[in-house]
Amino acid sequence: MVNIGCVITTPGSSKNNKTGSWRTFKPILDKEKCIDCDNCIVFCPDSCVNKQHDIDYDYCKGCGICANECPSDAIEMVKE
Amino acid sequence: MVDIPDKNLLAPGHRGCAGCGASIAVKLALNALGENTVAISATGCLEVMTTPYPETAWEIPFIHVAFENSGAVASGVESALRIQGKENVNVIAFGGDGGTVDIGLQSLSGAMERGHNMTYICYDNEAYMNTGIQRSGATPFGATTTTSPMGSASFGEDKPKKNMPMIMAAHGIPYVATASIAYPEDYVNKVKKAAETKGPAYIHLQQPCTTGWGYPSDKTIEMGRLAVETGSWILYEIVDGKFEITYRPDERKPVKEYLAPQKRFRHLDDELIEKIQKYVDAECEELGL
Amino acid sequence: MIREVMTANKAVAEAARLAKPQVIPVYPITPQTTISEYLAQYVADEKIDAKYVKVESEHSAISAAVGASATGVRVFTATSSQGLMLMHEILFAAAGMRTPFVLADANRAISAPLNIWNDQQDSIAQRDAGWLQIYVENAQEALDTTLMAYKISENPKVLLPSMVCLDGFILTHTVEPVEIPDQEPVDEFLPPYKAEHAFLDPKNPMSIGNLADPDYYLEARHDMQVAMENSIEVIQQTCDEFAEIFGRKYGLVEPYKTEDAEIIFVAMGSLCSTIRVIVDQLREQGEKVGLLKIRAYRPFPVEAIDEAVKNCDKLAVIDKNVTFGIGGALYTDIKAKIHKEAYGFIAGLGGRDITPDSILEVYEKTKNVPEKEVTWIGLKEE
Repeated sequence: MVNIGCVITTPGSSKNNKTGSWRTFKPILDKEKCIDCDNCIVFCPDSCVNKQHDIDYDYCKGCGICANECPSDAIEMVKE
Repeated sequence: MVDIPDKNLLAPGHRGCAGCGASIAVKLALNALGENTVAISATGCLEVMTTPYPETAWEIPFIHVAFENSGAVASGVESALRIQGKENVNVIAFGGDGGTVDIGLQSLSGAMERGHNMTYICYDNEAYMNTGIQRSGATPFGATTTTSPMGSASFGEDKPKKNMPMIMAAHGIPYVATASIAYPEDYVNKVKKAAETKGPAYIHLQQPCTTGWGYPSDKTIEMGRLAVETGSWILYEIVDGKFEITYRPDERKPVKEYLAPQKRFRHLDDELIEKIQKYVDAECEELGL
Repeated sequence: MIREVMTANKAVAEAARLAKPQVIPVYPITPQTTISEYLAQYVADEKIDAKYVKVESEHSAISAAVGASATGVRVFTATSSQGLMLMHEILFAAAGMRTPFVLADANRAISAPLNIWNDQQDSIAQRDAGWLQIYVENAQEALDTTLMAYKISENPKVLLPSMVCLDGFILTHTVEPVEIPDQEPVDEFLPPYKAEHAFLDPKNPMSIGNLADPDYYLEARHDMQVAMENSIEVIQQTCDEFAEIFGRKYGLVEPYKTEDAEIIFVAMGSLCSTIRVIVDQLREQGEKVGLLKIRAYRPFPVEAIDEAVKNCDKLAVIDKNVTFGIGGALYTDIKAKIHKEAYGFIAGLGGRDITPDSILEVYEKTKNVPEKEVTWIGLKEE
């Protein structure tokens, strides 16, 4: 059974799909070095850095944009 | 700075590539507009990666119908909302460069000309990326794609990029802007201005694509920045016909710095790079950058 | 109720006015044009409280219609011929997305060669889109069917769009007396549309028009088949309800003198009026002949047809369309589903007159068994 017209009535249900399994490199944030610029939040394609700069590894695909855009080198990409 | 919302309106778990620029583009736009928004999308990367049934990444109402008609679908949505008295709901349509400058041009032109109160964002990654990097009217001169390939008798795409924002400006609509995901504050301001505009607004957003351009996934923002810092992509807006540059690089970098890290331009020799530099110089001069 | 002399296009526009659509995206094309003009005027005169979307093509007309319907409002549009062909892709999307709006198609031939006159090739070419298709014979039926189409499409057991097919020029540009119902009984018959399954509202976010992979697509298409099957009963019910309020009785098919007929003509649209005259004429000569008018072509009302033709020997199926390489579409459907000796006749393409003599020729050929299974009527000899 599918919904009529395959309408999806649960917004944000892509969260069921844990894209963290795609990752080969894992971003590790050193909060000591963090200067709260929020670049990692703004530029994350997978909306997986929260306001406290915690990285949600359930979804992080390990693209490395956050590390590349971090002005204080607070994020290191580590092989899984 | 860009306001950070408590809840992202494009949820994680979508199937965009690692380092996908389109996801950044849409996330920033939706977060800027808030929940009182309806989104329309053309067929393309965005639609396919965000709505594989039974899961959606959209936290707001979303509709997709086909590749070439997001302008017209948005016209219907906007008309239906307004006749129901829902004047304050933001209507935002997204199309990739193919869905906007090629197959969707007529539908978009009609929507803009009719004056619907809506915003259209073209997320331009400069080729048909969803189907595997075929050239579009927005593919820049010199880029190799699977349908404008380099070869013994070809250096890749041999025509310059279609000037879509100026085509939109020629419609006389109240708001036209270019933007880049590498300049989020500028982009988000423009999205908000577009939404506040009474009538149609168009934003042409450059959005680097790791898969199609051929650079490492962590360089998506860096590529966007290089495009702007070299003058290859110029940030401006046209409000009620008045043109203004919204960001000026301190000193324009040579275009080679933008081209060199990308696989799609790697085959270009000095002569062709010089030709591209001249194109860029002429464009910058024309727009007063 | 008032009685007025008008074209079928005006009758359709009147029905659209009475149905109170809130969004009308429409693009003019011969011979539908006057529908788009009447509706523009009704909106300009505040006779309808609707947004008239002045689209730049039929493709955008149908696209805007889907968008508006998915936003939860009643929608009307109309087109013809090349316009319907341009809509083709989105007709499928409208059905698959289950947007239950109504489109009137002024039946016209398809290019090439370019031709603006009547046949039914345009809508027949859309038969697999997942739309209900009802063919009408006159202006009154056009009005009544347009109203009924909304009630049928919006029924939760159906939720598929409907196409009301009226013959170009023959109906769209000739006048006849039409009863225009009052608004009150129409409102009673057709209450406002309330979308439950799909609507765009920030208070209840849904994603509509999604990607469905091989795990889901088959079920989605099967649901449409079930909806189409359900529509048989819903059409009949709606016709009965309509008859109760307005006194005019319609059905899936309309049999005429078929009870004891040995040969039955099968046809759709305005042609049935001509055939009825010939049936009477032949009856006077002692010939046992009847007519089965097919109103619902999709869904294809197999049981109703079976019932109407059960006593006859032969069927003469007249098509104003051709499926090249096999025959007329109605004929091939009849051959596939109705177990009777049947012969196909292609006639009237591109507006060629189907005269009483053409019908007599069909009758004679059927009676004496035609040389070919499918015969083209009125073809000029070299």
